[in-house]
Order: sequence, then C-alpha cells, then structure tokens
Amino acid sequence: MLFKATPLIFTGLSVAFAFRAGMFNIGAEGQMNIGAFAAAWAGFTFTALPWVIHIPISICFAFAGGALWALIAGYLKARVGSHEVINTIMLNFIALALVSYLVNSVYNVPATVRTPEISPSAHIPRFDSITGFFSGSPFNMVFIIGICVCLLTGYIIRNTPLGYEIRTSGFNRDAAEYAGMNIKKLTVLSMTVAGGFAGLSGLNFVNGYKHYFELGFSEGTGYMGIAVALIARNNPIAIIPVAVFFGILEYGGLTVNTLVPKEIITIIQALTILSAITITELFRRRVSLE
Amino acid sequence: MLRSFLLLIFSLFTLSCTKEKPENTDGKLKVGLVFDVGGRGDKSFNDAAYKGLEKAKSELGIEFEYIEPGPGADREAALRQFSARKDISLILGIGFIFTDEITKIAQEFPNKKFACVDYTVDPSRKIPENLLALVFKEEEGSFLVGAIAGITTKTNKIGFVGGMESPLIRKFLVSYEAGAKYVNPDCIILSGYAGVTGDAFKNPSKGKELALSQYNQGADIIYHASGITGLGVFEAARMTNKLAIGVDLDQSDEAPGLVLTSMIKLVDVAVFETIKQVKDGNFSGGKVETFGLKSGGVDYVYNEKNKNLISEDARKKVEEIRKKITEGYITIPVR
Repeated sequence: MLFKATPLIFTGLSVAFAFRAGMFNIGAEGQMNIGAFAAAWAGFTFTALPWVIHIPISICFAFAGGALWALIAGYLKARVGSHEVINTIMLNFIALALVSYLVNSVYNVPATVRTPEISPSAHIPRFDSITGFFSGSPFNMVFIIGICVCLLTGYIIRNTPLGYEIRTSGFNRDAAEYAGMNIKKLTVLSMTVAGGFAGLSGLNFVNGYKHYFELGFSEGTGYMGIAVALIARNNPIAIIPVAVFFGILEYGGLTVNTLVPKEIITIIQALTILSAITITELFRRRVSLE
Repeated sequence: MLRSFLLLIFSLFTLSCTKEKPENTDGKLKVGLVFDVGGRGDKSFNDAAYKGLEKAKSELGIEFEYIEPGPGADREAALRQFSARKDISLILGIGFIFTDEITKIAQEFPNKKFACVDYTVDPSRKIPENLLALVFKEEEGSFLVGAIAGITTKTNKIGFVGGMESPLIRKFLVSYEAGAKYVNPDCIILSGYAGVTGDAFKNPSKGKELALSQYNQGADIIYHASGITGLGVFEAARMTNKLAIGVDLDQSDEAPGLVLTSMIKLVDVAVFETIKQVKDGNFSGGKVETFGLKSGGVDYVYNEKNKNLISEDARKKVEEIRKKITEGYITIPVR
C-alpha cells in the first residue's frame, strides 16, 4: 500500500512542480521509465562499489535519466515554442519503445522481459529488514526519500528567490518576463527538475523491490501522477497524503479482486477519484462564495 | 447533487461487496490462481488455464478463486494474498513471468502447494519442495506437425515463420525441421523471423511479408510460431491458396480450409492434472513436470475441419511417429 504510494509521490510531485511553473507535464510516464532504466543500468554496470557510493549514484542516474528526457521537452518549448503537452506525450512513446528495445535486445535475460539484477550494493533496504514492521511488504526506504524531496521542494518553492521566479512564471509568463526574469531558462529548468522527480520514482521498483528493471512496471503511474497533483492542488506537502490515498485504492483493488471483477474495481477507483476532485472543488467554491 | 453522488458511490461499494463467497468450504479443496498480465479473455493462454479450473470444479468438485494482476509488483502481492489464506491449499501462477516470484513465495510458505505454468527452469537454482514447475514439450508437437508437413508437401519445400528470434522459438523451428526431414529427407525448409524484439510477436504485416516470400520461393506449407504475427501468415495463405499450420490453439478458423493442422499446447490439461494430483494426495513438488505427447499436454489437431487435408496415409505415419516418440525411440533435437 505504502509501496504503491511511493512512485505516486514522485510522479505527483513532478506534475505539480511543472504546474507551478505554468507547464503541463504529461510525460512523467516516459520519464520514470527512462529514470528507472538508468538506475538499473547503474546498478548492474558498476559492481565493485560500496553501498554508500552506489546508492547515491543510482539515485543520481534515476534523476538524470528522467531529467534528460524532460529536458528535451523543455528545450523544445523554450527554443521553438512547441507545446509541452505534445512534446511530453510524444516523448512517452519514444521512451517506452527505447526501454523495450534496450531490455529485449541489449540487456536481456533469456526468457524474461527484464534486465539483469543490480548489484547488492545498490539495494535500497526494505522497511521490514530494518524495523521488523511491515513484514513481507515491498515497502522500502524510497518512501522516506520521497517525503524528503517533497519537503525540500515545498521549501524551495515557498522560501527561495528561485521558487518565487518559478511561481511568478507560472502565474503570468508575460509579467514574469517583464519583471526581468529569464523565462526560457526557467522553462527548461523547471521541466528538467520535474522530469528528474519522475525519474526518481523508478527507484522504488528497481532499487527498493525487484532489483531489476522490468518492462511495464510503471502501470500508468506517470499518468496517475496528474490526478495526484490535481487533488493535492499542486502543493508539494499535500502530495504525500494524496499519494497514500491512491496507494490504498490500488492495493485495495487487488485485495478484493477475488470477489469483484477487475473492471468494476477500475470503475470504482475512477469514481472515487472523480468524486474526491468534485467534492474538494465544491467545498472550495462554497467557501469562496461565503 | 453532492449527496446523490455520495449515495451512488456508497451503493456501488455495497453492491460490489454483496457478492458473498461461502466462507465455509466443508473441507473442499480450494485453489487460488493468478493470471498472466493479459488476464482472462485473451482467447489463448489465460483462457485455457481458466478452462482447466472450470473442468476441475465440475469434475473434481473443487473451489477456486482467481486474481488478474497488473504488471509489476502486483504479481507477488497476489500470490502472497492467496498463500496467506487458510482455506486455500494450492496456488497456481500462469506464465513464465511468475518464475521469480513464485519461487520466493513458495519458500516463504512451506505448508502451501504451488505450481507454475511455463516455469523457466534455471539449473543453478533449486526448485522449492512445495513448487511444481509445469513445462510443455513444444518440440514434440512441432516434430509431429513437421512430419505432417513433410508428407503432405508437393513441392518438397516447406516454410517456417518465427516471432522473436530467441532460443524458445528456435526450438520450434529445429524440431519442426527434424520432423519434416524424418519422413522426407529431401525436404527443404525455408525459415524467417519477424524480428529480434518482443514486438515481433505482434506484427502481422511482417508475418505476411515473410510468408508471401516463402510461398513465392516454392513452399506450399508454412508453420508459424509467432503469436499475432501469425495472422499475417494466414492472410498470405488465403491470398495464395496455400496451406498453413497454426500454433498453441486450433487456429483453423483463421484461414478456413487452408489450415493443415495446429500444434496445440493444452494448458487446461496441465492445470487440471495438477489440481487432481493435489486432490488425490499425490502431489509432489521440487521438480519439473513436463507435458508432452504422452500426457496429452501437446498435440496436433485432427478433426472434421482438416480431415480432408491430411491423407489417411499421413495420419497413419504420424501416429506411428507419435508412438515412437512416447516410447523414446526418437530423440528430438531442440537447438
């Protein structure tokens, strides 16, 4: 459950961060695939490293992978003005095709759809191995990383000059430009960082759980991040409880699957999300009317 | 408006919860099955497994529950969920993709019984005592359809279209070739693969291209082992009015009158037999159970639809070969 929430924290944060800068990042799905593959590659390529170095390197690779992928979309937007929605969606297709090629042809383990296992020094420990709680659950320390990143992002957006610039460009690009901010730089930067966040979500599966990259692991988590960001109203801190809520929905669906067909579960999940969005909107409107 | 919405949600929840299951199973054997990513309704692999469950339910009086997990982490969670239940004693995983997870879970729950269809056997790792690996001898079925093709061909040239170029598919080709040469040493086999990635299993236009080129080179029968890509092979067969051989299921409806036979893989039999073993108390894990011609796990199709395509003579010869294979007189090469 919390394991399911972990990648949603990152993808939600990714979408929310881009939103704050006035951009719509639909590309979290592709970015997280690239990030996860980069983390796996770093995991099985470097083998003779102590974990104190190997884990940070994996984290950097995951971030860099997602960031690089989003950088393309951000650069295109800043340089030629093509819309980031199109850019990121198209890059999703390319990303999925790319990892599929890499896994199937270059780094394949025969008779599987996954890469070789990463070296043990890159394993991010599970909760049950440290605390004894959550026995058997793949829930791992990446969740803590997620919370830290959310808090840090919240702080940067609220309390630093850079955060101020990002928020201003999100509210009104023209005004921000008129005030002397470098809009192009901000566009590329915030898109890149947003992609990096999405890339980090791959750590949960690759380093925290299976210890390899498997095709199809993302299951649309990148797109779900959009819903998470919307319900959390793009607030980095609020992302955490919302992601946990979505995690409950997903895991609950699996638990009742023996009684209820899969299709009904998906419908109920969608209805729950819809009603959550509707209700928050309704309350907000009522409050503002009064 | 808000209230009615909430009411709708609430009623949906209660509705979905009312589908009660009988808690007390009266000591009946209960089976939990976890499907491959495709889930039910794929008209092949998963549905075949479900067929086996249904048969076991009606003939052996067992009960079953199933989960259709998404890709990724759900597989392990689903297996774990069944394993943790007191009333379920046998857990089945459908597909090679379960290999890692089911091995791990079987070690964690030594009191439960497990079986995995298409388990990837890794000689360096021991299979847990309570896990049965179900493996199909596709090469035996392929050998037989190869023999049928070798007898039936008039041009002395037969073709093969594979999906992804991989050891698994090469096994189909090599045994098919061996079967054809066994009955007809002068027979020439043309072969081609649709690609080197997983996408090669879902590329009908490439399949059609390969099949047409082989038909043009003089082949009059083509066997495919290429998933959806094979639909292109059947299309080529319809266009040129030449014969094709199906795989996994009876594919005679894909090109009516032109499907010589199909190499079928009876996942339902494997599932049924495993459940039967558990029920009769002679289940033993820690080993690989192979389903070949002997147990009826693989076979070729011979029925009303293709009766007039396979000559009486060919039928007799192939049945002889079947006997020789099951008695161990023929060793089939796999690579």
